[in-house]
Amino acid sequence: QNDGLRSLPLSGHVGFDSLPDQLVNKSIKQGFCFNILCIGETGTGKSTLIDSLFNTSFDDPVSTHFQPNVRLRAQTYELQESNVRLKLTIVNTVGFGDQINKEDSYQPIVDYIDAQFEAYLQEELKVKRSLFSYHDTRIHACLYFISPTGHSLKTLDLLTMKSLDSKVNIIPIISKADSISKTELQKFKNKLMSELVSNDVQIYQFPTDDETVSQVNTVMNGHLPFAVVGSTEEVKIGNKMVKARQYPWGIVQVENENHCDFVKLREMLICTNMEDLREQTHARHYERYRRCRLEEMGFRDISPENKPVSLQEAYEAKRHEFYLELQRKEEEMRQHFVQRVKEKETVLKEAEQEIQSKFDRLMLMRQEEKLKLEKKKKALEDDMAMFNKKKANAELLQAQAFVSTPVVSLKRDKDRK
Amino acid sequence: PCAGPVESKTEAAMSELVPEPRQKPAVPMKPMGINANLLGYIGIDTIIEQMRKKTMKTGFDFNIMVVGQSGLGKSTLVNTLFKSQVSRKSSGWNREEKIPKTVEIKAIGHVIEEGGVKMKLTVIDTPGFGDQINNENCWEPIEKYINEQYEKFLKEEVNIARKKRIPDTRVHCCLYFISPTGHSLRPLDLEFMKHLSKVVNIIPVIAKADTMTLEEKIEFKQRVRKELEVNGIEFYPQKEFDEDLEDKTENDKIRQESMPFAVVGSDKEYQVNGKRVLGRKTPWGIIEVENLTHCEFALLRDFVIRTHLQDLKEVTHNIHYETYRAKRLNDNGGLPPMTTETEENHESNL
Repeated sequence: QNDGLRSLPLSGHVGFDSLPDQLVNKSIKQGFCFNILCIGETGTGKSTLIDSLFNTSFDDPVSTHFQPNVRLRAQTYELQESNVRLKLTIVNTVGFGDQINKEDSYQPIVDYIDAQFEAYLQEELKVKRSLFSYHDTRIHACLYFISPTGHSLKTLDLLTMKSLDSKVNIIPIISKADSISKTELQKFKNKLMSELVSNDVQIYQFPTDDETVSQVNTVMNGHLPFAVVGSTEEVKIGNKMVKARQYPWGIVQVENENHCDFVKLREMLICTNMEDLREQTHARHYERYRRCRLEEMGFRDISPENKPVSLQEAYEAKRHEFYLELQRKEEEMRQHFVQRVKEKETVLKEAEQEIQSKFDRLMLMRQEEKLKLEKKKKALEDDMAMFNKKKANAELLQAQAFVSTPVVSLKRDKDRK
Repeated sequence: PCAGPVESKTEAAMSELVPEPRQKPAVPMKPMGINANLLGYIGIDTIIEQMRKKTMKTGFDFNIMVVGQSGLGKSTLVNTLFKSQVSRKSSGWNREEKIPKTVEIKAIGHVIEEGGVKMKLTVIDTPGFGDQINNENCWEPIEKYINEQYEKFLKEEVNIARKKRIPDTRVHCCLYFISPTGHSLRPLDLEFMKHLSKVVNIIPVIAKADTMTLEEKIEFKQRVRKELEVNGIEFYPQKEFDEDLEDKTENDKIRQESMPFAVVGSDKEYQVNGKRVLGRKTPWGIIEVENLTHCEFALLRDFVIRTHLQDLKEVTHNIHYETYRAKRLNDNGGLPPMTTETEENHESNL
């Protein structure tokens, strides 16, 4: 038990017995975190019970029965009692069990729980991390509200609990227990427990290894699932105001242990086992998630050659992989780019060629036009030359005639011409 | 009075959350102000007891290292601190043993119990430090040892299937023994503290303080403090890690007035004024170790054990270890490669 180390006696008071106090003081400074998930069909009294448990009225609007799918709504509150500050987060399932087809009802819940683990894991894997100031959103306790039908577990309940029992501490409770009589209640409890056992659903067991709490916890384990009644209304009994529900036939007192197990639930959930619930979430459920997730991501403790692989090496391998992937993607993009450039080049070349041929055609046309014009010009010049020649001849003739004939004959010549 | 969500517009945005796997989780809304008006007692404050019980069950680890030239009374002081023969001197070490040629690291663990609290105490001695003719780089083996412990912890932490409680061999506190010359710090002292204050919590102590008068002590302490400041040496408690005003005022007083503690150690008891006290007998009187007018041992003891023990561990874990881890995961090979097998594996990956 001492790891093989010698045990030494002390010759006087040293003072390290103050260590637990030092640790507790640090925790008080930091504050505590507790996250509860409430799963139950609409109208099973989830909000009322939480209000009753924490003696306050958390403002939670009543939801309708007509939600198309299951959603989760998380709200955080800061409570303080003496010098203890508690950051309490209540996650409610909205619309659970309301759909006609309930096949996907539990998936959003599983996803939510996984998402909280994932967020923590991501923080843990960061190179530069701040775990000690991390706001822990992982679900520490799951209160599963079972409808007080008096018969057995609904299929939806079984399926949901089975899908969650390896991820979260499940505490099943029978809600609105004032609708069942005492004898029916015990039969109902037995039936529920046997169904849970026969379907191998792992619900949270209050720890029995610590002598100080083992006795009370063992007794409590035998009362599971707790049958509770919640109420925020107060009724006067004797000379005290107590939380109760008033019926024509009597008053159901929430904190009366003969009436329901509310006090037991509060004892167990908050006063005795809150720390253990947090510890189990971290040491078991989170570790399990982490293991699966890391294996999924391809990390191994033992490499294929059966040599221990450190995460550093795994990081290296992964980094190398990513680097190769990056290179490949780069190459792909480069090729793509080159391809696009080539295509554009071809298009441009074609256009160039087109323009060139157009230009050639135009040049050709111009040439032809030019030739034509030249021809015409030549023809015209020939004509002009001939005309001039004729004119010269005519003038010569005229000059000769003028010498020999009078003007009248010129006129006649002229007319003739 | 009621505790409720802050804004309904954020709530509207929130309720549209359809969780997908691996999506950033629904960030819980800003918490309401502290609700002090709870109607009736719930029992939230019992978590303190629950936590205390849990820690008492698991027990505590504490690893303290002592560094200083031989003959400064390191072993005696540690034994006096823990009122038990926890240091190697008394585990069979012969005073006539030769001083080692290089700095050696010797760690010895014991289990001690007090008031129901079990502590696994490991004392790490560093014989040979500062004793050679040439003391260059004699802090290196010490730095290497400290980093090795961080490495061990990191290796276990990154395992896929890891232990519930990772064994903690990291050095939480390093007592550095300053020679009571009365003048100033030696170059070796400065070099060591400069290098190591970045990786471990260093608490400087002035050893064998019974060789100085009160005035000499005060002056020496002032000079030492000045020198440490001038050289930028941040000893524990480091200014930058003061968490709040309360811490700061408390620690400021310790940093600026009390430290370095001038101590005297002894494992022998004498009768003084009808009481049995730990002390050193000299011709001119008995020096009472736990008497605050004689020396500051009691201050050191209270500081290290009764008030700051948990904080020493937390600073080691949250700061020094995280620094090491970040460096390790960032550098491709900041530290020498593990084994040649590693290189072969890499080869095959390529």
